Amino acid sequence: MFKITTATRHLIASATMAATISFAGVAGAQDDTIKIGILHSLSGTMAISETTLKDAMLMLIDEQNKKGGVLGKKLEAVVVDPASDWPLFAEKARDLISKDKVAAVFGCWTSVSRKSVLPVFAELNSLLFYPVQYEGEESQRNVFYTGAAPNQQAIPAVDYLMSEDGGSVKRWVLAGTDYVYPQTTNKILQAYLEAKGVAKDDIMVNYTPFGHSDWQTIVSDIKKFGSAGKKTAVVSTINGDANVPFYKELANQGIKAEDIPVVAFSVGEEELAGLDTGPLVGHLTAWNYFQSVDNEANAEFIKTWQAFTKNDKRVTNDPMEAHYIGFNMWVEAVEKAGTTDPDAVIDSIVGVSVPNLSGGYSTMMPNHHITKPVLIGEIQADGQMETVWQTSGLVVGDEWSDYLPDSKDLIADWRKPMSCGNFNVVTGKCGGQGTN
Amino acid sequence: MTSIKTVLAALVALLCLAGSAAADDAAIRAGLAKLATAKGFAEIETVVRELGATGDPAVAKPLAALADGNLYVRKSDSSVFIGNEAGGSLALLDPVTGSAAGTAAKGEMTKIRVNNAVRRAVREAAGSLTLGGEDAAARLSAADALFLKPDPDAIEALDAAIAKETDAAAKARMEQARAAAVLVSDRSEAEKSAAIRLIAGLGSREALNLLTGFEASASGALKEQAAAGISSIGSTLMAWDGAQNVWYGISLGSVLLLAAIGLAITFGVMGVINMAHGEMVMLGAYTTFVVQEMIRSSAPGLFDWSLAIALPCAFLVAAAVGVAIERGVIRFLYGRPLETLLATWGVSLILQQGVRTIFGPTNREVGNPSWMSGGFELGQLAITWNRLWIVVFSLAVFALLLFISNRTAWGLQMRAVTQNRRMAASMGIRTPWVDAFTFGLGSGIAGIAGVALSQIGNVSPNLGQGYIIDSFMVVVFGGVGNLWGTLLGAFSLGIANKFLEPYAGAVLGKIIVLVLIILFIQKRPRGLFALKGRAVEA
Repeated sequence: MFKITTATRHLIASATMAATISFAGVAGAQDDTIKIGILHSLSGTMAISETTLKDAMLMLIDEQNKKGGVLGKKLEAVVVDPASDWPLFAEKARDLISKDKVAAVFGCWTSVSRKSVLPVFAELNSLLFYPVQYEGEESQRNVFYTGAAPNQQAIPAVDYLMSEDGGSVKRWVLAGTDYVYPQTTNKILQAYLEAKGVAKDDIMVNYTPFGHSDWQTIVSDIKKFGSAGKKTAVVSTINGDANVPFYKELANQGIKAEDIPVVAFSVGEEELAGLDTGPLVGHLTAWNYFQSVDNEANAEFIKTWQAFTKNDKRVTNDPMEAHYIGFNMWVEAVEKAGTTDPDAVIDSIVGVSVPNLSGGYSTMMPNHHITKPVLIGEIQADGQMETVWQTSGLVVGDEWSDYLPDSKDLIADWRKPMSCGNFNVVTGKCGGQGTN
Repeated sequence: MTSIKTVLAALVALLCLAGSAAADDAAIRAGLAKLATAKGFAEIETVVRELGATGDPAVAKPLAALADGNLYVRKSDSSVFIGNEAGGSLALLDPVTGSAAGTAAKGEMTKIRVNNAVRRAVREAAGSLTLGGEDAAARLSAADALFLKPDPDAIEALDAAIAKETDAAAKARMEQARAAAVLVSDRSEAEKSAAIRLIAGLGSREALNLLTGFEASASGALKEQAAAGISSIGSTLMAWDGAQNVWYGISLGSVLLLAAIGLAITFGVMGVINMAHGEMVMLGAYTTFVVQEMIRSSAPGLFDWSLAIALPCAFLVAAAVGVAIERGVIRFLYGRPLETLLATWGVSLILQQGVRTIFGPTNREVGNPSWMSGGFELGQLAITWNRLWIVVFSLAVFALLLFISNRTAWGLQMRAVTQNRRMAASMGIRTPWVDAFTFGLGSGIAGIAGVALSQIGNVSPNLGQGYIIDSFMVVVFGGVGNLWGTLLGAFSLGIANKFLEPYAGAVLGKIIVLVLIILFIQKRPRGLFALKGRAVEA
């Protein structure tokens, strides 16, 4: 039933162009429930990725209620639609916290949407769980970053390609969409590669606009760059919609993974669902979770998900796993603190350890980032990834990159008495500035 | 290296015996059995090289299956089979003889996993195995593999193969592969110098790659010769690059033309600012998806025809929606451009959200029929089939539209109504119906553009938004109300964009094009081909 009402509401919302009117998933405030805010775009350009996360959160809340809720109270989801409009994210966040009085918010996808809500969460002192891999260079008291920091995705991927297993790559194309995440990640990667002795001439950086659809020139440039007698790889931070035409052009121009592998940081099972992956077999992705990971917890999660969405072909992906981890961490921290009060949860959540879906445990660190394994997967003909390499242990999310001159001396530790997100270990003062 | 030497020795022996002697099956089976127990990709790679070393062409089949991820180990007895998926279970084939060996459930079999290093090893092994094969195409591709990955130990095998080769193309490729191998061998300077001449003459990107690699380690006269070769290839490639840019520009132009040509009618001829134009393109793409899904489930054999079937469907769907929009919304708003703009923008949001609700927010897969996949090389021009067909298709649509508008009675009425509505009405033309059908035609054309664009981009609810701005740009630049202007506008914008992109980058390139258009419109407010006369003021 819920699906239909949401659908109708979407229609109405767009028809009246009233994207600004908030609509709550479940109406009516009751005191004996704990409210959880879900702040994901359900319309506009980011709906393609974020709608899935809204559904995943509804499922997690549903499952928790079946287990009896939290602190003896049922959980109640409050869904809002920020419509891929960055300032609207801040407005919606404010509504969620001050009007709906939610205990915590799970949401945002793009970095710019996260940056837009940060002041709201700091001002109103609430909690945000952010589930997407991002560029780092940030650590906020009210935000928990359950996606990967650059050292949990980008750097291990490059390490793998440099290794003999990955093909001893000597020449690098860093291709990305023109916005903050690819630019910062590429800055970190460039510094890292140069520290590893890669010459400047062997790195090609290329940016394209959002939704870029004509990749002919760039793919042939990559081909050209790759024919200099050295093993070449492409590190792709190309985002969202632009990926499908990019991969189609790669396949048609005959760039094979054996010759020039492409490792992507923003391409998951969901993105591949719109693509014939036959010609792409062997190209790589780097994540902390794949649907194909073989263990009981994951099989259970996939089963619940497909039953919840009533579609046995629905795929799972990395940001969904991040919400799974983040949500369970919040539940555990609330149980530990005995209250949903944000200050108490911020204190109690550090050190909380919950099972992740790749067969181990993830722990919330004092910098509000979590520990994760890093997996390198190969795209298969059926649109799934197959793990070909993984880090031997868990990797701690590093909020301030060690490879950028501005941020290498900074650390974050939100435990008392330090309680600082940008402590400079050289000057011994809180309040350092990173790259952004 | 020694193992490869033995392989090649075996291979040479094999070639001398005209391929009659085959290593016994048992050796191959023993090798394959090792795959079942191999731990990790490095071990599998070693086994692949060993199998390649047997020099037996029978190895090629299981190796190809391995590279394709179709080689399985049966859990119960660790024996190796080629498995092909058939309705949830696997149809097993004997890896050596290729005869059927029953079926098995997926759970009973473990797939032997491969990575890129293993695939490379298979490709190289297959290269030397098929050099003496029966099929000329296989020999050509074997020579290709050896050319890309030159191996000094392969020179003797190549000599033997060249002596026997009857197919001219394969022979030429083998000689090139031999020259490439000579460059990395310790042969005499004279031989190397001849090899450099041969390779430099090719003028291709791969040749440049080989020579660059060689030049880095060479010295003396050879280094100079290689450097000269590199610069001569460089200048050849430069000329080809120019041609390639023109082709890319034409291809981008054809996409712009397809997206804009429907708008050239609704906006250009009727003067309706239709913000929902992109959504008509999207509807066409989703129609293609639905048609393909139906074909997949009921008549898979027709898949190569799916686009031809989707074309009329997409036209009808988009045209029907277009007529509905015209009758339901736009006809009340003629002569009020601002309200039309807002209303059609609202319609576009409704359509987007409607599609999102029905088909879900994620991308939908529209497959490429085999004749739309891959590409070919014309000299050093890389031309992909889908782009080529889209260029052809866009020109065909343009010609059709020109015919309708200039050579049919309906076209005449359409032009009459847009030029002077009241006069047309007094001549007995039912203007409201002409309006509806013209709008329907423009929308239908956008729908068939969607069929073509589904082949190069993604099919998502946002598809239309990516094209709307470009479409307006083309129509305004080309001159409102003129189909030829749209054609010329699309191709000149496409080519300008592609010549700017290599120098300015994709982001800046797009901005520069926009600035140029703004300057151009300042100078010629009515675009490239301005309509003259009283029609302008109508």
